[in-house]
Amino acid sequence: MKKLGFHFDLGILIKITINLLKRLSKNATREISSGRKRSVLYGNPNMAIYLLLFLIFTLIIIKSPAFAEPGQLIRFIARVSPLAIAALGQYFVILSGELDLSIGAIVTSQVVIAGTLIGGNEARVMPVLVFMFIFGGLVGLFNGIIVAYFRVPSLIVTLGTMLVLTGSVYAWTGGSVGDNPVDSFRQIGREGLKNIPIVGILPYSVIIFLLLTSIAVIAVRRPFGKAVLSVGGNRLAANSSGIQVSFVKIKVFVISSLCATITGILVVGYAGVGQSVGAGYEFATVTAVLLGGVALSGGRGWLLSAIAGAFTLEALFVLLNFYSVPSTYRDSVQGAIILIAVALTAREKSALRIFKLRSKN
Amino acid sequence: MVFLALVISVIVGNILVSAAGRNFFSSGNLLDVFSATSVLGIIALGQTLVLISGGVDLSMGVVASMSTLIAAGVMDNKQGNIGAGVGFALLFGVLFGLFNGILIGLFKINAFIATLGTSLLLSGYLATNFHGSYGQVPAAFHKIGSTNIGPMPLSTLIMWSGAVLFYVTLKQTRYGFHIFAVGGDTSVARLSGIRSIPVLIGVYVICSLSAAVAGLILASRTGVGSPTIGTDSKYTLLAIAAAILGGTTLSGGVGSIIGTISAVTFLGVISNVMSVIELNSFLQDVVRGSLIILAAALYAKKSSLRITPRFSRAKV
Repeated sequence: MKKLGFHFDLGILIKITINLLKRLSKNATREISSGRKRSVLYGNPNMAIYLLLFLIFTLIIIKSPAFAEPGQLIRFIARVSPLAIAALGQYFVILSGELDLSIGAIVTSQVVIAGTLIGGNEARVMPVLVFMFIFGGLVGLFNGIIVAYFRVPSLIVTLGTMLVLTGSVYAWTGGSVGDNPVDSFRQIGREGLKNIPIVGILPYSVIIFLLLTSIAVIAVRRPFGKAVLSVGGNRLAANSSGIQVSFVKIKVFVISSLCATITGILVVGYAGVGQSVGAGYEFATVTAVLLGGVALSGGRGWLLSAIAGAFTLEALFVLLNFYSVPSTYRDSVQGAIILIAVALTAREKSALRIFKLRSKN
Repeated sequence: MVFLALVISVIVGNILVSAAGRNFFSSGNLLDVFSATSVLGIIALGQTLVLISGGVDLSMGVVASMSTLIAAGVMDNKQGNIGAGVGFALLFGVLFGLFNGILIGLFKINAFIATLGTSLLLSGYLATNFHGSYGQVPAAFHKIGSTNIGPMPLSTLIMWSGAVLFYVTLKQTRYGFHIFAVGGDTSVARLSGIRSIPVLIGVYVICSLSAAVAGLILASRTGVGSPTIGTDSKYTLLAIAAAILGGTTLSGGVGSIIGTISAVTFLGVISNVMSVIELNSFLQDVVRGSLIILAAALYAKKSSLRITPRFSRAKV
């Protein structure tokens, strides 16, 4: 593309992003202040993420047109799937007004469990898989019960779970990394259905991701989704409307842990067994969900926007890779995008609140 | 509540340590306990202040790491540079805190999001530009980390004097009351004539400054600057846990310095007992995590009873 004289640098990228988001927030406020019908943008403050995702994709494709080929795109989706699935779980937790910091530790411990228990034994794949799901479910159940019945802030509970899980994994393996599980197990995260038209190979991880997303989309529209939303929005009101708040909270943590378990299974496929594979997942999922415009205080946010947040984050890393920015700057980029994107949406909301207060007086 | 936990941990610790054939109250052992509490204590003090103001600071660990790098880098093993090294490290703390405070106070960004963002920004910079240890502190500065006065390490005395300072600030000064007011309810504080923005900015500056002081102590102890020393030990999250165990709430407006210091000492006693009975260092994390959950559960159960029910049927 350089032949055509296109030259984009990061400065321009950031400027475009900021302008885009600014315009979005301005539009939203103007619509309201002129007293007209609520605009689409105001109704969905989470729209910004799709524009950002589109922008980043455009920049990637300008830099490397091959990225737009179906095969490459599918590969990209496969790479995002583990994070997107974990973010799915975190979305429900954040929507209910809580926070799960144990996701990274669950991913790590599931990976180590798979490596240690399965090892080279083909026959153990199924039983261990079942065990992993039970284990994940139990961790979520524990988090949920402590949060719901003992009223401990979820930050503290999941921090404790994180310490306990990583500590026991290290103690169990004696600090040494176990072997990789048999290939048939790793294929879940690595291989896919072959000879598919257009895309060539359809990775299992993409299938699992799409399946889980559809289930989640249905769940959000069913009473369960509404219950989570109202618990996050106002616990007392939810309780008065007949929702069993504690039960909803427990369910949410179980979902999050099960999603983290699936992430762990997929991660073993391409990253192998290691003690730091899950590190950073807890904050990466929080970043993705917040990028999707989900309110950290709970009760507000779209599921698909949260998933788009995970895609944006991963796409941004790809883009930086093309601009040969050192991979150690990933953290910084993540931080910058949190500050830029979330800051602007937060300001927009507070501006609206002030206006509402004024209009009442 | 946390005092009870502290007393129980001391008694149980004493029994366990005696069973291992050592004396818990020997000056050597007390020295271990106290020196384990100094860095976490200083970080927890800053964190308590931020929690009382209704926010949270996730960037303390990275700031402490950066402070060790600045101190060790500027000093570069030269006696004459100690002042400059300390000065620059503290200056960095103030500037970083100012940045956090402006984002949170002026731009009204959620504290969790803002400090997560700034800490990721800084940790990316650290991971890119520093690999392994960096710089060297001169012997005179090294002494701060290794000097003991009686059974008290100098670093713990610094922590205790900080605690007294924070205690007096919160209990006796106008600024302290403002922090409680802003944390309790920002709009009520505003309507009572308190400018919440300077209060919030001040809180984050103090918090980052205390992280920088913790970094200086770490640097004086290890002798070098390290890009991961503040984050490896999970100081930030343990400090939040300590503050919560000490009775500070995540929602703001409530908190006590004495509680935080007791909780930090409680964690220090546990660590010490576990090392004396030679527990696997990984299992120590397991015990620490379980005790945090257990103590928080007991505490939360108790404190929830104290809230007067306003709506008798709304028991959620």
